[in-house]
Amino acid sequence: MLTRNARIGLMLFAFYLLVYVGYVLINALDPELMEWTPIAGVNLAIWYGMGLIALAFVMALIYGYVCDPHDEQTPGTKGGDQ
Amino acid sequence: MIYDRSLLSILVFLAFVAVTLGLSFYLGRKAKSSAGYFAAHGQIPWFVNGVAFAGDYLSAASFLGICGMIAFSGYDGFLYSIGYLAGWIVALFVIAEPMKRLGKFTFADALDAKFQSRGVKLTVGISTLAVSLFYLIPQMVGAGVLVTPLLGFPHWVGVVLVGSIVILIVVTAGMVSTTWVQFLKGSLLVVFSTVLTAMILARGFETKSGGADGYEFRTLGPFEVVPLAMAMAGNEGDFTVPGQTRLAFRPLPAAWNEAKLVQTIDSETEEITTWSLWSNGKLESPPEGGVYLLEAQSVAVIDDKTHVNGKPQVLGKHDLHPVGHIRELPDGQTETGSLGLLTFFSTLQQSEVVLWGNKKLKDADGNDVTVYFQKPTPGSQVLRPGENPTFAGIRSKNLSDKLNFLSLMLALFCGTASLPHILIRYYTVKDGAAARKSTIVGIASIGFFYVLTLYMGLGAMTSGSLDVTNSNMAAPLLAKGMSEWLFAVISAIAFTTVLGTVSGLILASAGAVAHDLSGFVFKQKLNDAEKVRLAKISSVAVGAIAIVLGILFKGMNVTFLVGWAFSVAASANLPALVMLLFWKGTTKQGITAAVFVGMVSSLTWILLSGDTYKDVYGLDPKDSPVPFSQPGIVTIPLGFVTLWVVSLLTRNKTSAGPRT
Repeated sequence: MLTRNARIGLMLFAFYLLVYVGYVLINALDPELMEWTPIAGVNLAIWYGMGLIALAFVMALIYGYVCDPHDEQTPGTKGGDQ
Repeated sequence: MIYDRSLLSILVFLAFVAVTLGLSFYLGRKAKSSAGYFAAHGQIPWFVNGVAFAGDYLSAASFLGICGMIAFSGYDGFLYSIGYLAGWIVALFVIAEPMKRLGKFTFADALDAKFQSRGVKLTVGISTLAVSLFYLIPQMVGAGVLVTPLLGFPHWVGVVLVGSIVILIVVTAGMVSTTWVQFLKGSLLVVFSTVLTAMILARGFETKSGGADGYEFRTLGPFEVVPLAMAMAGNEGDFTVPGQTRLAFRPLPAAWNEAKLVQTIDSETEEITTWSLWSNGKLESPPEGGVYLLEAQSVAVIDDKTHVNGKPQVLGKHDLHPVGHIRELPDGQTETGSLGLLTFFSTLQQSEVVLWGNKKLKDADGNDVTVYFQKPTPGSQVLRPGENPTFAGIRSKNLSDKLNFLSLMLALFCGTASLPHILIRYYTVKDGAAARKSTIVGIASIGFFYVLTLYMGLGAMTSGSLDVTNSNMAAPLLAKGMSEWLFAVISAIAFTTVLGTVSGLILASAGAVAHDLSGFVFKQKLNDAEKVRLAKISSVAVGAIAIVLGILFKGMNVTFLVGWAFSVAASANLPALVMLLFWKGTTKQGITAAVFVGMVSSLTWILLSGDTYKDVYGLDPKDSPVPFSQPGIVTIPLGFVTLWVVSLLTRNKTSAGPRT
């Protein structure tokens, strides 16, 4: 049984992981797509890369905002049989 | 000349070191117990701890290595920035709070919280030492790289200097002073990088044909292919360059021809010049523009003396010229004036930049010559991934090259949350919420800095200040091109960067010895004062080992070495950490086996990899028994599988058996 904070953390982690995997896979499988300049004459490689950095910060803020400061129980040790 | 020793730089540098040491001595009085020494009594404010995260994390590899890689090959260095930052997501969302709740002083505490097993502590302690030592090597190499041009000392003096200062810092005060040094360094690094970026944008771009010393690299041509090839081959004994009565090609071994490099001798001055052949298209079938000879630079060792561009090197007088310029701007402009955050990239995208390649050859007399040659490159190519050899897998059709790239990006993603010197910083704040908040501050500072790396790297690429022989100095030399003051401050910050990161690493290692390994070696439990004393002795020992390794590994690529540390950390530590937190079937034997297998397999893979064959042993990388160099994609899953299998096999035994 995971704590509320841990559940939120894992959901946000899964979302970021998807976006990161997308970036890595485009680079590996279709690198020419990264040369496409969708907006303002700046290519996708820069937009996506900067976007990943900005997204990390935004998601960190969201996590900080929605986490319960009193939710301090250790996940994994709860209900463990060791 | 590129490096003129300046009194200002030395004074600013000494002032930084004096303040750092003064702070350490002052704060050292507050940390007498082991709780104070290892974890600063858990009383560091979360904001300070967050910026200190940035101080710990933004090592020589981040500041010097990434900026250098971007300055020399373009976008690819930014892939490291992205991977390094993304790793913090694992740290924040998965690791931060549980680490704080489970542990006390060290990473092994957290893994061992459920089991109280000496086996777990021993294995994790050894893994902490191994990762920290791997991470220490590039930091010490970076110290030597910095001190050489700044103070004019040889490499080994720089390494010994950093090692000694850091040992003093760590032995004096432990985590309290290390944290404040990191806070100071993290703040200064971000603030001055912002200043540097603002100056790059305000300066904009301009077309040039040379570097900041005013020397303009010559271009000869266009030539038609056939007459040029005949002259190079010595058409009936005539080596005269077409249309250049004074210049004649020098006969050179075939390897030069294959590398599209030539040398000429001036019949009047006897000056020898190295050139690269270049055209807008393929050299064999150039478009209407024909073929050009672009002036290159060369360093030759003749009778144990270094010759630069055909003449004996005289430091400060006859040396390599600084490089890095734009050949063409969009719409025939010669300068852009100040640029915005986006127009900086869009302008570069449509420009042509001169990058520099290098090739090691032997001349006709058998002397070793390194040629540095111009590579005019479209901006669109500079700003796309896959140009640097480290990331060649992106554009390769070969599956193993692709896997190598995926493996590196996986190790960067998983490595951050497994680095011992980062993990111990969760114990310097009071609770899980403070750990979470400080990680958010850390992500903000580190992310902001990584955004700046792209501007600083590309700014350095076009600054005319680069040293073709040393990519690690790109950021400090960029600052030097702006102002002597800025160079002095940036170099001093870079040096403090090394100091800070090395302090954290030595402290993590000392904690592992005093806290985790001592319980295994000494039969009776050490008291508080004994633990601190043992940690201080360990700090001196680890510092001494780091000094020796830093001298031995001189010349190795700093970022490459950091990649090793990330791979070992991710393979050894992450599976155990994640499974302990999220799978209640985890047993102590499973943890011990996973850490051991992850550490040994990743280390073995690295030592057998093609990169190590080439760069460390000087062997042919094709003889390497492993299919690609980066181990993460194999050894991280191997750690998880090992933990799962061993835990299943030992589960009942552990539940029933006594705790060891």
